[in-house]
Amino acid sequence: MSLDPVTLAVIQAGLQQVCDEMDLTFSRAAFSPVIAEADDRSDGIYGAEDGALIAQGARGLPVFVGTMQFSTRHIIERIARGETGAPEPGDIYIVNDPYLGGTHLMDVRFATPFWRDGKIFCWLSNTGHWPDTGGAVPGGFSASAISAEQEGLRLPPVKLFKKGVLDPEIYQIIASNIRVAEQRIGDVQAQASALLVGAERLRVLLDRYGDATVAEAIAEMRALAARQMRAAVALIGPGPWVSEAVVDSDGVVDAPLVIRLQLRREGEALVFDFAGSSAPCAGPMNSVRATTLSSVYLAMRHVFPDVPLSAGAFEPLRVVGIEGTFLDAQYPRPVSGCAAEVSQRIAEAVFAALVQALPDRVTAAPAGTSGNFGLGGHDPERGRDYVMYQISGGGYGGSAQGDGLSNGCSTIGISKAPPVEIMEQNFPVLYRRYALHEGSGGAGAQRGGFGLDYEVELLRGTARASFVMDHGRVGPQGALGGAAGGVNRVEVIRADGSVTVPEHLSKAQDIPMAPGDRVRVRTPGGGGYGDPAQRDPAAVAEDVRLGRYSEARARALFPGWTGDPD
Amino acid sequence: MTGRVAGVDVGGTFTDLLVVDSAGGAVRLAKVPTTLPNQAGGVLAAFEAAGEDLAGIDLIVHGTTTTTNAVLERKLARCGLITTEGFRDVLELGRRTRPQPYGMTGSFTPVIPRDLRLEVPERMDAGGRVLTPLDEGAVRAAVARLLEAGCEALVIHFLHAYANPAHELAALEIARELWPNGHITAGHQLLSESREFERGVTAAVNASVQPLLERYVARLAGQLAERGYAQDLLVMNGNGGMVSADRVAREAVKSVMSGPASGVMAAVETGRRAGLGNLITYDMGGTSTDVALIREGRAPVSNEIEVEYAMPIHVPMVDVRTVGAGGGSIAWVDAGGMLRVGPESAGSDPGPICYGRGGTRVTISDANLLLGRLPPERFGGGMLEQVRQAMAEQIGGPLGLAPEAAAEAVLRLGNTHMAGAIRMVSISMGADPRDYALFAFGGAGPLHARDLAAELAIPRVLLPARPGITNALGCVVADLRHDFVRTLNRPLDSVDMALVAGVMAEQEAEGRRLIGREKVAVPEVTVEFSADMQFVGQTHLLRVALPGRGVTRDEMQALFEAAYHARFHVSLPTIRANLVNLNCSVIGRRAPLDLGLLIEAAGRRDSLEAARSGRRRVWFGGWVETPVYWRDHLPAGAGLTGPAVIEQMDCTTVIAPGDRVAQDPDGNLIVEVAR
Repeated sequence: MSLDPVTLAVIQAGLQQVCDEMDLTFSRAAFSPVIAEADDRSDGIYGAEDGALIAQGARGLPVFVGTMQFSTRHIIERIARGETGAPEPGDIYIVNDPYLGGTHLMDVRFATPFWRDGKIFCWLSNTGHWPDTGGAVPGGFSASAISAEQEGLRLPPVKLFKKGVLDPEIYQIIASNIRVAEQRIGDVQAQASALLVGAERLRVLLDRYGDATVAEAIAEMRALAARQMRAAVALIGPGPWVSEAVVDSDGVVDAPLVIRLQLRREGEALVFDFAGSSAPCAGPMNSVRATTLSSVYLAMRHVFPDVPLSAGAFEPLRVVGIEGTFLDAQYPRPVSGCAAEVSQRIAEAVFAALVQALPDRVTAAPAGTSGNFGLGGHDPERGRDYVMYQISGGGYGGSAQGDGLSNGCSTIGISKAPPVEIMEQNFPVLYRRYALHEGSGGAGAQRGGFGLDYEVELLRGTARASFVMDHGRVGPQGALGGAAGGVNRVEVIRADGSVTVPEHLSKAQDIPMAPGDRVRVRTPGGGGYGDPAQRDPAAVAEDVRLGRYSEARARALFPGWTGDPD
Repeated sequence: MTGRVAGVDVGGTFTDLLVVDSAGGAVRLAKVPTTLPNQAGGVLAAFEAAGEDLAGIDLIVHGTTTTTNAVLERKLARCGLITTEGFRDVLELGRRTRPQPYGMTGSFTPVIPRDLRLEVPERMDAGGRVLTPLDEGAVRAAVARLLEAGCEALVIHFLHAYANPAHELAALEIARELWPNGHITAGHQLLSESREFERGVTAAVNASVQPLLERYVARLAGQLAERGYAQDLLVMNGNGGMVSADRVAREAVKSVMSGPASGVMAAVETGRRAGLGNLITYDMGGTSTDVALIREGRAPVSNEIEVEYAMPIHVPMVDVRTVGAGGGSIAWVDAGGMLRVGPESAGSDPGPICYGRGGTRVTISDANLLLGRLPPERFGGGMLEQVRQAMAEQIGGPLGLAPEAAAEAVLRLGNTHMAGAIRMVSISMGADPRDYALFAFGGAGPLHARDLAAELAIPRVLLPARPGITNALGCVVADLRHDFVRTLNRPLDSVDMALVAGVMAEQEAEGRRLIGREKVAVPEVTVEFSADMQFVGQTHLLRVALPGRGVTRDEMQALFEAAYHARFHVSLPTIRANLVNLNCSVIGRRAPLDLGLLIEAAGRRDSLEAARSGRRRVWFGGWVETPVYWRDHLPAGAGLTGPAVIEQMDCTTVIAPGDRVAQDPDGNLIVEVAR
């Protein structure tokens, strides 16, 4: 190694900052709240030849940890084969095809080559979740699509910006196929602006340290990250460690989809073997290869947050056995549930296997659903149509460190939920309750966190409700003797008081709503960690005193707890 | 301001006092240990240490961390909440977040525990229309229950009270009849904006610290009076202004994070006198570093600060960002063989190895000592050898570097991280660090300042005369200040401009009225207006300074578009602008002090040579024999070229070879950083 360790560390921090600044620019300039507020975006730097991840923003949405390197590689390969136009300075490609290294159609990637001395030095790419890309359902989260075409407009890699100028013809094709298109130009400019800011910063870095030095540092960073991940893998016993996680249903056929994982160490590699998982499904709960891999990577990153984000970190991780399962769906299987839900079940399977190997480092299962409740309708008072989304959190799993957090963000997200007051300002709804989901924390020596319990009423006009959630069938699993957290529960309460539960429990589309009708959602609690009988009786008593569990439920969940004050 | 003005600031470790007598031209300083939990002990001790007769002091301005500590350590008064039926858990649920992007662990303790959060039937809609009338009987019952539960303070927080406060006001009236003290906070009074979690936390924090602050200030004022102090006591707020002690507890939440605000205010004034309006302040301590961006002589004030995970306090505060890196940050080599610095810190206990308190892991401070940048005589004998050994074992060995090269690597990487953090702060506020000077203070700030400046391409560093007492100086120079926010949230082209003018006039009048009530003389009152704007459809805001009350719609549009283009390099001519907030700051400016007094003229030597206290080897990529100066001895108008080390009572400054240093009339050192 000719590069001194200090220069290496400084360049690594510098590349990281380039990505962080891209993330920041994108969010601050974006229009769509899903990017601006929820940070449903990510920015990074990728290899010139193979698209391998060089660095990615620290506050990018976790589910994109591994995806952009695949989409960038697809672009590079298509250019080499002549299927996509050769790049010139100032070009920015756009692509949202899930089967080309993506997630769902709404996650739109931009990629631009970064040039030095007439050659491509690396690629800059980002992903932003667009609020709509056409398709059957506003927002794209169909619970019952049976083909990709129903999910929206699918773009292969094409040049949206040519030599720095937005191509009006391509933009018009896109704008004509998506809802609420007027404001998208602001998001498109924000997404491009983030890449421009990144390019400017990267240029400064290269000028300062020299292209050859930075290139050497990038290679070295990759090797180091690989070494670090191998050191992490070495902490894990040989295994095999076996786990399962269950998706309630695909939204079309009411049967569970099972993820089967066998985790084993083979030499320096950790093998994630998903053989035996369910076959591809009819509804939108399929995952594409890039998303499946990314889900494994993000789960590992939750467990080993110190390992830098780099293609090297993924080298010792081998994902096998997904061919022919719903974790490697091919066109035209619908995939809109892959990023928000299936990804979190994959992560749950990884946690459930790893907690056996590393009980001090890994938590019991977190709620692991994005809790998407969509309401689309017409507001007669304002004379306009609307689409409302309520995302919600759930309990996190208990761990050696303590009880799980309540109402935490989804495993694959980092975004805040909108305030009730803002929802009521914007939509003709009234929240009757926004509360802790009592009793939902999975029992354990360290219990799971609690989910959310909300009830929302339609005030006027008619509307249709859709749900894309999960964990309605079984709760997030406990670990090391801990019990599962409370399940996700959806109820539609009609104005006359009658209550219905969706057939697929956590998934439904287009349920008609009239004024006075209500939707009540109780999100999952986290899994418990360790034997519930081992829980400190004073901690159980405190939870009962605070009304988190009823006394009767506490007695049932925590064997041996008598309720006596001493 | 005439006569003797005292600024006394309580920090985590030390309580600092600065007394300036502008008429007599004298300055007195004291630094004594902070006393906890009652900080008054340290305050009084500081006056004693300085030999100050309190009867002869004309004004005391006090910065206290009473409320900050109470919040961060959750040592709060017992406080109850009465809220809208169905919503008592809002304070516990937060906005569905987690502490870190990666890692599924962490915990959160709500400000008010669940059994002290009670619900009553009432409901407004988002337009402020009553959907369910307030159940007054339920309010009475809830008040009685909370009193019985031993609550000392009360929060009333209803949904949409910002749109119509009638229910909160009615409940407030009922509670006042029954509550034995004045510690009742209604949510809309502090913050009249939507977002129930943020508004609720702000109100809950206010109520939970109010009794503590009131008791503390009353006791301190009493003890000062006993010792002969006959004037008003003023207390610093987090917005960088001050208010009288008898009023500060009413809006106690505004005093949270006032410590860092004082430092920024000192920087504003020091920079103004030095002719430097664009400053990045950099206050490096043992475990963390505070960074703020001063633009054109104005301290950045934000209404949306989260003081820790899930603890948003939405009142105007000087926007100081804390970076988790300081002198105590630990250096280590990770499993992949890569050098890392932080985020773990040795803190102050055990602290770095060189403190000799049992620390065993090498830190940034240890690297500084090893490289001759800190005076070895200040640390125990044999310490240098111990540090060298640890550096060799923990860093040098694994990386194949000699101890000095290893220490240099630690500093470089530590600086890279801090520089990155500074860059992120400045970028997030739309500024390029290259247009700024670095204002370095705190115990360790001047030690790293020039290296950070070099890393960030900041051309110039400003080192104030007394870096170690900058917060106390902030108290001495602070102004009276009141901030107002009014939310309009309308497209600019449909806003009633008469309403805009009316709001601005009202804000200004209220501020002038409040300042008029204080007993402190203010020769000048200035009023600053700004607007928070966005393009229709966006959620983030951009703050735009407004020229004054007569501003027109077209001017606002143009100012916003220019600010937006400067920040994002994007023009969006087809999209309309939204006017979200009108902000107004009314500032009672105090008469300027002569900061040149901070270093006693009598102590200055005639020549640079005479100010030199010695020489030692300092590492600048290799050992360099370097002169050491005693800062108080530097002759007026001194200039020198690095390398140099400049020491003073509580602070060491390192100047690299080729840097040019000039001392200005106030005793500031201005460093032109060598390229």
